[in-house]
Parts: sequence; structure tokens; C-alpha cells
Amino acid sequence: MSAVASLTRATLAKDLRLEWRSKDAINSMLFFSLLVVVIFSFSFDPTAEESRQIAGGLVWVAFLFAAVVALNQTWAREMRNQVLDAYRVSPAPPNALFLAKVVGNFIFVTVLQALMTPLFIVFYNLRALGPAYQLPIVAALGTWALVVNGTFFAAMSLRTRSREIMLPLLLFPISIPALLAMVEATGAILTGEFSARFWIVLLAAYDLVFTIASLFLFGFVLQAE
Amino acid sequence: MLPASDQPVQVSPAVTVTGLVKQFGRFAALRGVTAEFASKRLYAILGDNGAGKTTLLRALAGLTPPTRGSIAMLGTTDLRSVCGQLGYMAHPSLLYDEMSGMENLRYFARLYDVKNCDQRCAEVIRAVKLDPSLTRPVGQYSQGMRQRMSLARALLNDPKILLLDEPFSNVDVRSAREMVSLLTDLRDSGKTIFVVTHQASLLEGAADEFVWMEVGQIVSRTPGLQAKVETR
Repeated sequence: MSAVASLTRATLAKDLRLEWRSKDAINSMLFFSLLVVVIFSFSFDPTAEESRQIAGGLVWVAFLFAAVVALNQTWAREMRNQVLDAYRVSPAPPNALFLAKVVGNFIFVTVLQALMTPLFIVFYNLRALGPAYQLPIVAALGTWALVVNGTFFAAMSLRTRSREIMLPLLLFPISIPALLAMVEATGAILTGEFSARFWIVLLAAYDLVFTIASLFLFGFVLQAE
Repeated sequence: MLPASDQPVQVSPAVTVTGLVKQFGRFAALRGVTAEFASKRLYAILGDNGAGKTTLLRALAGLTPPTRGSIAMLGTTDLRSVCGQLGYMAHPSLLYDEMSGMENLRYFARLYDVKNCDQRCAEVIRAVKLDPSLTRPVGQYSQGMRQRMSLARALLNDPKILLLDEPFSNVDVRSAREMVSLLTDLRDSGKTIFVVTHQASLLEGAADEFVWMEVGQIVSRTPGLQAKVETR
């Protein structure tokens, strides 16, 4: 267990260093999210009340699409110079690599959210009428749901010819329950019309199930040709 | 009768390959390779493009699961259990271009739980005649330097078996000869080394055996390079 933790830390540190130097993922994600915020804001010009109704969907769809960019990058980096083979021939446990990638992507998407949330608030004139303290919980659980599945399916589509297309095709349908929970929970908190508790519990259960399943199956994905 | 010390010692082979078949769709890259490779020897694996050399090496590394047949390495068919005793160098560098050589090796050393990590990394970098203090990212190295750093990575865990795919490609003649000299030293220190190469002449006098492959099969094994040339 400590070996997995230690290798996860080492791989995460390596990934953060690579991202810090290349800024491949964060730049593309930021640019994409920025476009979504601005274009939707000018297209719909919603009132504050309308914004509260649609913001949950808008925010999470923007983060979902932006996350796909990061998810593709995370494995593309391992395919350059076939570095992934160096991991595959080593005795290092596959789960350490998977966990490091998930945590890395979680950090990238969280940074993106931290940078984009003020813009969403300004452009859509948002103010939470429900319990605002639940928003970070929904954000953390929702982001984990996106990145744990996304990292797994990005690894699965790694060796396919058109992996940029394959990832959304695999990821989006399976993310629908999580996306629904994120949107409903966010909407509930922003409008204050109903409790977000059920959706938060659903999101937590989704995270738990898919994290365990992905950890169990990743070894097979990594060793597949 | 020979005195006891001069009698040939029965050594179990380092690698045994039995009926190895690897198919990619309808194309058979390996067609029933059967061979034994003794330990502490340097094997040069030769053949034309598409002969199956790289596929054989990848199968030995555990990267390409065979369609049929088996591989026993260091006495076991569970290759995963001995992967810590393998060193693998592929045609691509298997290094992160954005990190320096030392940073790369530090990371890979963690994967193998190498003790005295910094000391060992510096040692293998020096062994391939590079400077451990070089801070340039590997992406800015020359192709030859990258090849040598890749060899350093393969040596990091002090492996018993070294699998090297085209280690001399894009390396100047002097550096290639230095690499051959390093490989013979490693062989003499007890490692079993497989080198896939198109530059067989570099290994003449260094390799213990030349293994010739054609269309997915081993067709000949000769002690010298000339022997095969004469039989063709």
C-alpha cells in the first residue's frame, strides 16, 4: 500500500512538473472554457433568475468539454517516445500510475474551476440562494466523477486510431448519471428551490463505484496491446 | 577425463522460448520460434526488416503477449514476477523530452525502488559517457545522446537480462564502439544481453552468438558473423 502511495506521489510530481513546463493541458482548457463563457453569455443574455436556472448545466458542460482536453493530453504525453512502455516493463503497480493521473487531472480541472468561477459569476450575475457551502462539495465530487472515468476511458482509447473522437464517445454516455447529479445539485444550490442532498449522495456513490471499478480494471487496460 | 574445474558446467538457460507465435490480425510476426539462450552471453539478433526481431524482443520484455507458445525467463514463465530483473531499451527513447536526463532517471529509479537513487543515476549516466549535471531537457539532446541516455535508463535497475532494440542507430561510430565495449563489460559481469541490430559488424568479436531471423523464425545461430554470410 505504501509502495502504491509512494509511486503515486512520484508519478504525480512528474506529471505536474511536465505540465508546468509545457502548459499543454491548462492552456487549452482555459481557452476552451473562456470561449464557452463568453459565447453563451452573448448568445443568450439571460436575466439573473434565468441564469440561476441554466448555470448548473452550462458550468458543468463547459468543464466536461474542457476536461476532455486535459484527459487526452495526460496520456498523449505517455505515448510520446513510447514512455508508457517503460512503465509497463517495470514492476511498478498499474494502480499507482492510474491514481497519479486521476489526481493530476483533478488538480488541473480544479485550477480551471478556480479561475473560471469568478468569470461565470460576473458574466451570468450568479448568486446562490441555497446553502452555498455545498457548492465546493458538489464541485469536488463532480470533478472526481469526470476525471476518474475520463482517465480510465482515455487510457482505453489510447491505442485507437482516432482517440480524440473515441474518448467523448466512451466518456459522455457513461457520465450522464454523474452529469445529471452535478447539474441538479448545482441548480438546487443556486436557486434554493429544493435540497441538493439526494444528488450529492448519488454523486458520492457514483464516484465510489467507478473509482473501485476503474482501479480493478486498469491493470488489464495498461497491459493490453 | 577432464579435471573437475575444467568440466563444462550445466547452467540453466536464462531464456527459453517454446513455439512462440505472434499474430497481428492475419499477419504472423513470429512463426513458432523455439530457442534456448544461456546466461551470461551476448546475443546479436539479426535479420531483414519484418523478420520479427523487435516482436521477439517485445515478447521477451512482456510487452507483446504471445498468440501461442511460451517464454520462460530466469526459470519462470511468469514474466511479471521477473520484470524487475529486466532492462529494456526500445527504438524510441522511452524518456520524457521535457525533463533532464537526471530527472528522467530519478523517476524511473522510483519505479524500480532503486536504493541510493541519485548515486545510481549518476553512475549509469557516467557509464554511458554522459554528464549527470547536464540540466538541458532530453528533447534538446542529439539523437546519439538520447540513445545513450536510453541505455542508461535500461541499466538503472542493474538487470540480469538486457533487451536492446537498435541501440546503435543514429550513434556515431566512436560512441557505438564505446557502447559495445560497455556491453561486453556488462556481459562479463554476468548479464545476459540481447541486441537487435542492423549494424552487426559492430558486434563482431563482442557477441557470443549471432541469431539470424527470417520471416518470423530463427533460421540460424552462428558463433561469428562470417559463418552466416558464407552459408547464405
